[in-house]
Amino acid sequence: MLTISLILLPIIAGLIILLTKGDNPKTIASIAAFVELILGGYAYNQFVPNGSSQFGASYNWIASAGIKFSVGIDGISLILVCLTTLVVPFIILSTFGRTEKNAPTFYALILFMQAALIGVFTAKDIFLFYFFFEVALIPVYFLAAIWGGENRIKVTFKFFIYTLFGSLFMLLGLVYLYMKTPGLHSSAISEIYQIAEGLNGKQQGYLFWAFFIAFAIKMPVFPFHTWQPDTYVESPTAATMLMSGVMLKMGTYGLIRILLPIVPLGVQTWGTTAITLSVIGIVYGSIIAIQQRDMKRLIAYSSFAHVGLISAGIFSRTLEGLQGSLMQMLAHGINVVGLFAISEFIFQRTKSRDLSRLGGITQTTPNLTVYFVIIMLGSVAMPLTNGFVGEFLLLKGIYTYNVWFGAVSGLTIILGAVYMLRMVQKSMFGETSKLTQGFADLALHEKMTLFPLAFMVIWFGIAPNTFLPIIEPAVKQLLTIIK
Amino acid sequence: MNSIIALSLFGIANLFLGFLNNRKILMPATLAFILFALGLNLADWNTEVLWFNNMLRTNNLSVNFTTVILVATLLVVAISRGFGDDEEHSHPAEYYAIMLFSVVGAIMMVTFENLLMLFIGLEILSVSMYVLTGSDKRNLRSNEAALKYFLMGAFATGILLFGVALVYGATGSFSIYGIGNFVTENRMGQSEITPMLYVGILLIIIGLLFKVSAAPFHFWTPDVYEGAPTIFTAFMSTVVKTAGFAALYRLLSVSFVGEYGKWVYLLYFLCAATLIIANITAVYQQSFKRMMAFSSISHAGYLLMTVTSNQATTQSSILFYSLAYSIATVTAFAVMILVSENKTSNGKPDESFDAFKGLAKNNPLLAFALAVSMLSLAGIPLTAGFWGKFFIFSDAFKRGLILDLIVAVLMSAVGVYYYFKPIIASYMKEGNIQEITIKPIYKLTLIITTILTILLGLMPDLVKSIF
Repeated sequence: MLTISLILLPIIAGLIILLTKGDNPKTIASIAAFVELILGGYAYNQFVPNGSSQFGASYNWIASAGIKFSVGIDGISLILVCLTTLVVPFIILSTFGRTEKNAPTFYALILFMQAALIGVFTAKDIFLFYFFFEVALIPVYFLAAIWGGENRIKVTFKFFIYTLFGSLFMLLGLVYLYMKTPGLHSSAISEIYQIAEGLNGKQQGYLFWAFFIAFAIKMPVFPFHTWQPDTYVESPTAATMLMSGVMLKMGTYGLIRILLPIVPLGVQTWGTTAITLSVIGIVYGSIIAIQQRDMKRLIAYSSFAHVGLISAGIFSRTLEGLQGSLMQMLAHGINVVGLFAISEFIFQRTKSRDLSRLGGITQTTPNLTVYFVIIMLGSVAMPLTNGFVGEFLLLKGIYTYNVWFGAVSGLTIILGAVYMLRMVQKSMFGETSKLTQGFADLALHEKMTLFPLAFMVIWFGIAPNTFLPIIEPAVKQLLTIIK
Repeated sequence: MNSIIALSLFGIANLFLGFLNNRKILMPATLAFILFALGLNLADWNTEVLWFNNMLRTNNLSVNFTTVILVATLLVVAISRGFGDDEEHSHPAEYYAIMLFSVVGAIMMVTFENLLMLFIGLEILSVSMYVLTGSDKRNLRSNEAALKYFLMGAFATGILLFGVALVYGATGSFSIYGIGNFVTENRMGQSEITPMLYVGILLIIIGLLFKVSAAPFHFWTPDVYEGAPTIFTAFMSTVVKTAGFAALYRLLSVSFVGEYGKWVYLLYFLCAATLIIANITAVYQQSFKRMMAFSSISHAGYLLMTVTSNQATTQSSILFYSLAYSIATVTAFAVMILVSENKTSNGKPDESFDAFKGLAKNNPLLAFALAVSMLSLAGIPLTAGFWGKFFIFSDAFKRGLILDLIVAVLMSAVGVYYYFKPIIASYMKEGNIQEITIKPIYKLTLIITTILTILLGLMPDLVKSIF
């Protein structure tokens, strides 16, 4: 029941918002998101850290075809459910400074998106997974395409077609597996895992690519990333946060939930290719990020680089790699939302994201500087920040898989520090420019957004055990399925 | 079965109602007639009866198909508004009557037991459609479309009839089960099949594929769809298609299933060709109506895929797909009628994508209905269209039609491209469409179709379990 309420609550709140007018949408949306956060916290609290799936619920969906609406939360799901519920309230809070045209629809779409994301992370039926995987695309597409920047129509359309195209092949793969189930067919993920054991290497190879392309486009992994920077830049920042903070985790989650357990032989054959692509993404993304002048674009490329590391860690198929990837998904989600929020706050005041025209902000707003530096350090993976735990485990995992991959991936620490520090330095320090003169101090809602995010950066860095004990049994369980 | 008799009588009654001074009564009366026929039709549920000396057969399958056809007709009638305001030249009574007659033909096509009834049903349907296509008498395009449709359609019916004759010659039977038995006996060596049968099957398939506008027999479709008054385009692309596929499916699955290994190659190839031609051409259309014409061809391609797979689940897949497709198509055309009438270019209704620019601003309901219908046609989850495609893909997978599947998946992605054009125009582009006044019944229809599309997208089992 808990899982169902997690999915239903944002939908109901969204529908209520659609019927309201004036300033109410913001308030209702944030209340709903915080209630959802409490529900997420309750799930975290009640969760028994073992490999099993909990808070399950299952209903017949298409009885004649054996397709069920069945959801549940295991350790892997819980991390991502926590991430979603943690991040969305602050995404909504960060928009309080703006008055969007047609606000009810705007906030309703954010909440619908949240529901779809939670659906993806808790689905226990492959078609339910696919259903939510695709449905999540609709609200974020409209968010980006209606409230976005100048080029939004073209850019978001490319994004939509690109990701949809990828997932259609995943659908073919899923239907193929579903047809192999005995009797009236069943699409429960556990059943599919069993069926997949009977597949030979060649079949798994085809399936690997059908799934990999879908998830690689979503994350994105090099060379499927071309939609990403433009979409992130053109979208309204709330949508960008949703995409980079949570939506791209659908891709990495898919790798863990679908790809690794279903086609282990395929991963054996093609895993090195996938890791190579991911590692190329790390270096390539970092180098491009170093040269960016637009803050949002810089963060977009940094996100691309970080996801490359997560994906490489997943494909290493080691305990550390998988643990690290989950920790890093959580950390990256929080950090990237913080960074985008800061870029948005700066943009609202200066109407610019151009690093060469900013600078000297710290002289008037030390507050912002502190938050910015903390979140930046988390993103650079300084020890005692949340990024460190994940990145360390990831690098260890990749290193165990192959020393050379480990060494090249290690560049991320250096390159990441270069572009992140450069961004902070260019925007916050130095001479005050024409644009940043009289930079107003943080408003209440902005503090309320950044303080919790910065707090989480430090908290999860000091106490990684908040989540590690949950992750470990789940990952071990997964590894036994793979082996 | 009584629905056929009732609808024929209602059609005549409609003509007489036209003599009344009060024409406003026509539409509610027609709606009531159709609802009544729907009730008669549902009364046949769970009975298996042969009618009129084994000419027609009603069973659950035919009841289901008839229901889909009647629901589509109901929706089309609900969004028709007396066919123009021009009092002198509009003949609403005649048009409603012809629509009812054509539905009679459509129902005969889904209930036939004897091939002659198939032919007669097809002719009743087609002749009505020729008239309706040309009903905008003073519009050159409409006249041209009607003539084109008539010439090509008559030719196709001729081919079909020729095919029926050849099949009769080869098997000595007009009954679809009789033919089916003959074909099966042949497989067991008890009877001998002459090449005449194969030619006959081929010609019948061609005749029916023409009616459902599958490639390469689709060339009439864009012109006819564009020329016909939009309301009849909506009728044509839903009712005719459903009836055509029902007939095709019954023939192939009952009569010619024994020769599956022969005709499967034809359909396998034509399915891929239809999907590719329709979707690629649709991308280049500037007119919404023409795009919908190619979209209708492409959906014929998807339906052809499940017919080709010939699984036990094929009938329910066709039914679900037809229902989802009909609802979405009627919604789309309904929105288009309102928008294009509101906006004219060169004195004619503007039917291009540009007509939808800025629709969402003052007409949120219309824009939303349009968006949902387009998403459904594109097969995006949360809408009925997704499940329609899903069931069809599953069928094709069972049969292992891998090439068709890959083509279908690629073309689904292409489809998203053109289905999103009106959505983008209405939500993201600037335009100056004032608030359009909508009649209550029209509004109600739009709301019902939109809710149905989403509801079936969330809970396909609502109807899937019946089919």
